[in-house]
Amino acid sequence: MPDGNGSNEAGNGKNGGRVSLLDRVKAGMKSDVDSLKADLPAKAKEQIDGLKDPTKTQVYTSIFRHKHDDTPRNRALGVLSNVFLHLHPAKINRDSVRYSYTWGMGGITFYLFIVLTFTGVLLMFYYHPSKVQAFRDVLYLEHDVPFGKLLRNMHRWAAHLMVIGVWLHMFRVFLTGSYKKPREFNWNVGVILLVLTLLLSFTGYLLPDDQLGFWAVTVGTNMARATPLLGHEGPLGPQLGMTPYNDVRFGLLGGSIVDANALLRSYIWHCIGIPIVASIFMIVHFWRVRKDGGISGPAPVMLASEADKTRRGPKAAGE
Amino acid sequence: MDWRQLWDIMSAPDNVPIVGLIPLLCFYIYLAWKQAKANDDLVVQLEGDAALAKTHHRKSWPFRPGWAKEVHVWPFLLRIEFLAAIIVTIILMIWSITLNAPLEEPANPNLTMNPAKAPWYFLGLQEMLVYFDPWIAGVVMPTLIIVGLMVIPYVDTNPLGSGYYTWKQRKFAIGTFLFGFIILWVAMIIIGTFIRGPGWQWFWPGQTWDHNRLIYEVNIDLPDIFGITSNLAKAIFGAIVVGGYYLVGGYIVHALFRRYNPKDYQRMSLLQYSIVMIFLLTMVALPAKMMLRLMWHIKYVWITPWFNI
Repeated sequence: MPDGNGSNEAGNGKNGGRVSLLDRVKAGMKSDVDSLKADLPAKAKEQIDGLKDPTKTQVYTSIFRHKHDDTPRNRALGVLSNVFLHLHPAKINRDSVRYSYTWGMGGITFYLFIVLTFTGVLLMFYYHPSKVQAFRDVLYLEHDVPFGKLLRNMHRWAAHLMVIGVWLHMFRVFLTGSYKKPREFNWNVGVILLVLTLLLSFTGYLLPDDQLGFWAVTVGTNMARATPLLGHEGPLGPQLGMTPYNDVRFGLLGGSIVDANALLRSYIWHCIGIPIVASIFMIVHFWRVRKDGGISGPAPVMLASEADKTRRGPKAAGE
Repeated sequence: MDWRQLWDIMSAPDNVPIVGLIPLLCFYIYLAWKQAKANDDLVVQLEGDAALAKTHHRKSWPFRPGWAKEVHVWPFLLRIEFLAAIIVTIILMIWSITLNAPLEEPANPNLTMNPAKAPWYFLGLQEMLVYFDPWIAGVVMPTLIIVGLMVIPYVDTNPLGSGYYTWKQRKFAIGTFLFGFIILWVAMIIIGTFIRGPGWQWFWPGQTWDHNRLIYEVNIDLPDIFGITSNLAKAIFGAIVVGGYYLVGGYIVHALFRRYNPKDYQRMSLLQYSIVMIFLLTMVALPAKMMLRLMWHIKYVWITPWFNI
């Protein structure tokens, strides 16, 4: 037969037992339907059973690399195998969770930095760092952008809180003597982060391009005029050829007055330059907290009679 | 009393953080003092009882044998961090809903704000402009503050008080830091925010800001008091006075330091000791110069053709 359904070859010469094509298709469909009737509920049951314990699914196990049973091992793994939490050790001194000791200011400062990054990125969508548009953008943000006012308020108050948080963190670290060996270097990283925090806040002050920011930045950068050697009003500055058009203040403002270039410069320092530098120092800061043995205490008190055992410095070598 | 104006200054949105900072600092100083006292008491007790000193866990918090010395980060630390983040977010939300960020008129270089104030955290430096030339107040002092903070770990040779609050074991270090942070930094900010009015003049809290007030302060230079007129003589005289301050001041500090901190004195190298001396004397020079100005109206001590101090 010229229908070319291929059954001749498959039939292998048993021409007498030929089944019509229609019957074969019918039989095939019947078995398909039967298998659906039998398999679907079974598979559905299997699926539902599987969903009852989502932690067994392939998607789950591909994301979370360990079980979630409440065992000490899993508690430790939950911290160690998570990229965001692995800055923490698995276990810490029972007293170092005491808020009265730590004040939590370092962590709060970091959290505020995250809040500021988040709100800052959103603010950047509505802001042009140009003299024509900057002030109008802030007005637009306050009056027309949904939640724009809340966004700007949060950014400003979080910045103020961050400055206070950094100061209190430094205060606590000093009062507990936490800068002492082996944490001297990390104290220095912290001092740099303190300066960067103040600079971040200061560069942001000019951005609304209003009287408050303009005069605050004018007062602030006028000090740079007086830089010894590098400012045109500073000691020995004029002798070294400093003028209002080539001194350190000119470099900061991109001009001899606070104007469009100063706005652009503070925008770029504020949104890109200093955050990147600060992030790098933060990475080092957190890393060194771990490497230097975790947070400093609360450590057991030391008696004066035991103090000289840990003597160091030039004299320690001779004894 | 001009209550209205006092309220206007206190409630200016950018001044709210400073108003908040005062009780916050008081609270944390109290918290630190309480723990320092508990630790100091424990030290006294342990020093008087050698047997107890060998067995005691050395903390002012309770500990019983059998208690785990370490706890899991999850959940014991992470839940605190999570709660702290939520509380900070709530505070920030409420603050942002109730208080608007300030926005003045568009920037206008032809209309000077009076008073024109730096951001509140720099007001301590701006306050110093009253007493020092800008190159000292605006450039040298911030540099010295940063460098001074950075050298602290390398010049503090006292091994006691590492990792716990104490006062008796670190009187000199903590006293110096409190003086620098509370008196020279925070107090100057508070003066700059609440006291300084138009023309950067001193207005007591509640005194009305008078934009037309003029104060005729006849400030004189120290060499003038001694009738020195020639430039060369003024420069030499000033150098002698400033050098004398560091020499005599250094001697006094030395005499006190070696008596009251004999152990630290013993431990410190010459370099460490000199650095502490220079920073301490420079720090004390701030209030000293302020006194000279406020009590005797002295403007400059050292006058040269290139700089004045």
